Amino acid sequence: MFANINWADIGQASLDTLVMLAGSLGFSVLLGLPLGVILFLTGKGKLLENGPAHAALSFGVNVLRSVPFVILLIVMIPLTMLLVGTSLGVAGAIPPLVVGAAPFYARLVETALREVDKGVIEAAQAMGASPRQIVFGALLPEALPGIVAGATVTAIALVSYTAMAGVVGAGGLGDLAIRFGYQRFQTDVMVVTVLLLLALVQGLQWAGDRLVIKLSRR
Amino acid sequence: MISFQSVGKTFARATAPALHDVTLQVQAGEVFGVIGQSGAGKSTLIRLINGLERPSAGKVLTDGEDVGALDAAGLRALRRRVGMIFQHFNLLSSKTVAQNVAYPLKVAGVAKAQIGPKVEQLLERVGLGDQAHKYPAQLSGGQKQRVGIARALANGPKILLCDEATSALDPQTTEQILDLLSELNRELGLTIVLITHEMEVIRRVCHRVAVLDAGSVVESGDVAEVFLHPQHAVTRALVADAAGLGAAATPGALRLTFRGQATYEPILGRIARDTGVDYSILAGRIDRIRDEPYGQLLVSLVGGDVVAARERLSAAGVRVEEA
Repeated sequence: MFANINWADIGQASLDTLVMLAGSLGFSVLLGLPLGVILFLTGKGKLLENGPAHAALSFGVNVLRSVPFVILLIVMIPLTMLLVGTSLGVAGAIPPLVVGAAPFYARLVETALREVDKGVIEAAQAMGASPRQIVFGALLPEALPGIVAGATVTAIALVSYTAMAGVVGAGGLGDLAIRFGYQRFQTDVMVVTVLLLLALVQGLQWAGDRLVIKLSRR
Repeated sequence: MISFQSVGKTFARATAPALHDVTLQVQAGEVFGVIGQSGAGKSTLIRLINGLERPSAGKVLTDGEDVGALDAAGLRALRRRVGMIFQHFNLLSSKTVAQNVAYPLKVAGVAKAQIGPKVEQLLERVGLGDQAHKYPAQLSGGQKQRVGIARALANGPKILLCDEATSALDPQTTEQILDLLSELNRELGLTIVLITHEMEVIRRVCHRVAVLDAGSVVESGDVAEVFLHPQHAVTRALVADAAGLGAAATPGALRLTFRGQATYEPILGRIARDTGVDYSILAGRIDRIRDEPYGQLLVSLVGGDVVAARERLSAAGVRVEEA
């Protein structure tokens, strides 16, 4: 049944996927969270309303989000070389993964912040809180469940992006599935990798949901 | 303490101004009510006091400062001296009761060591000493508003703004919250401005009232005077809802208003006996305006010496009006 399976390969690929996922999710949150906050704050009628800045950021985010990830991987190669010294392997995959996922996450953060009750922000303003105090004292704590839920969605999107990263020789489970499962007709490899990816996605969603429930006080 | 000088407010893209030529004064230490129907401009008016809205015309002076002229830092400093509570409480759902009350203290830069005891004391004051570690979702509406009040009082404001603070509460809870506001007014000398669409709220706690209709003040003055002798149609409608004396008008009926101790004396019966007049009571209400008892009766007098009866009633301190 599992004649073609090399468990060492599978183990290495799983590890590669996890490292790519953790690295790219970390940087995506690090970049996407402030970007989402700025997108929200500069929006119409918001605390730091600034039409031109909002329009420019929003356009930039839309441009990055509309480039298909496979194309982004290739277009990014020179920049990736500059950033991490190689465009290959796990390290070479992380910059394009971050550039692909951070704008997506920024939009999810912006949406989560929009869900915060306007009255709560008004109450903070009425206390004499500065925009910084409102962001850190009221806005982010109130939106935290939504921000975490957004990170879960982003993590799952990244799992499927890592599969494509095989194109630049990044390794990982998706790469294994394509090279062995598809190109060499090793159906058993395909089945095992897909099952592992399924387990990963399920696990991420479950953990994310648990965390959101724990954080929600409503 | 607060002064509106010919204040107008027009929102961008609105056809009519939200407020038009509003002039009023709120004295230090009083409870000032603003009543009006939905859309009359009450919310805009109260938000002008702490600069959540800026006037388009005229001047708003709060605690001696021209609110419209303050920069961002000046405005924040003013807001720390003006507390505000809201219809929907607007508590941070992600924070405990104690953390909610601590937030304005942190905002004002109060030292960490002082925050804990101060929060405890504030929660004691509003009767929530044992709820400090609950989250707002675990509290009743009345408790949430108490948290709102504790939070608004955190930085020791001189002024408390109440934006429809009891409109989301049931009548009994409304009464408790209004009693608490009265207490705070008396004990701390807190100046309170409240807006509401319910005459009952005005009657229970306010000293003076302004009636707002379509962005203009149509009537203002002492609460007892406005409540018992409303002049403007909008005021009449608001009072009639509360007093139940509006609908029963019959030709020839008189409205008798008793105030203070006269409310409890058998004036009407004695005078009717002496002048041979018969009376029938068509409608009436005996209640209190804040602490002052009052009675208002709609009566029709028949037979006997009606003119003498009216004179005697007036002489006894009863206000007699054609209904």
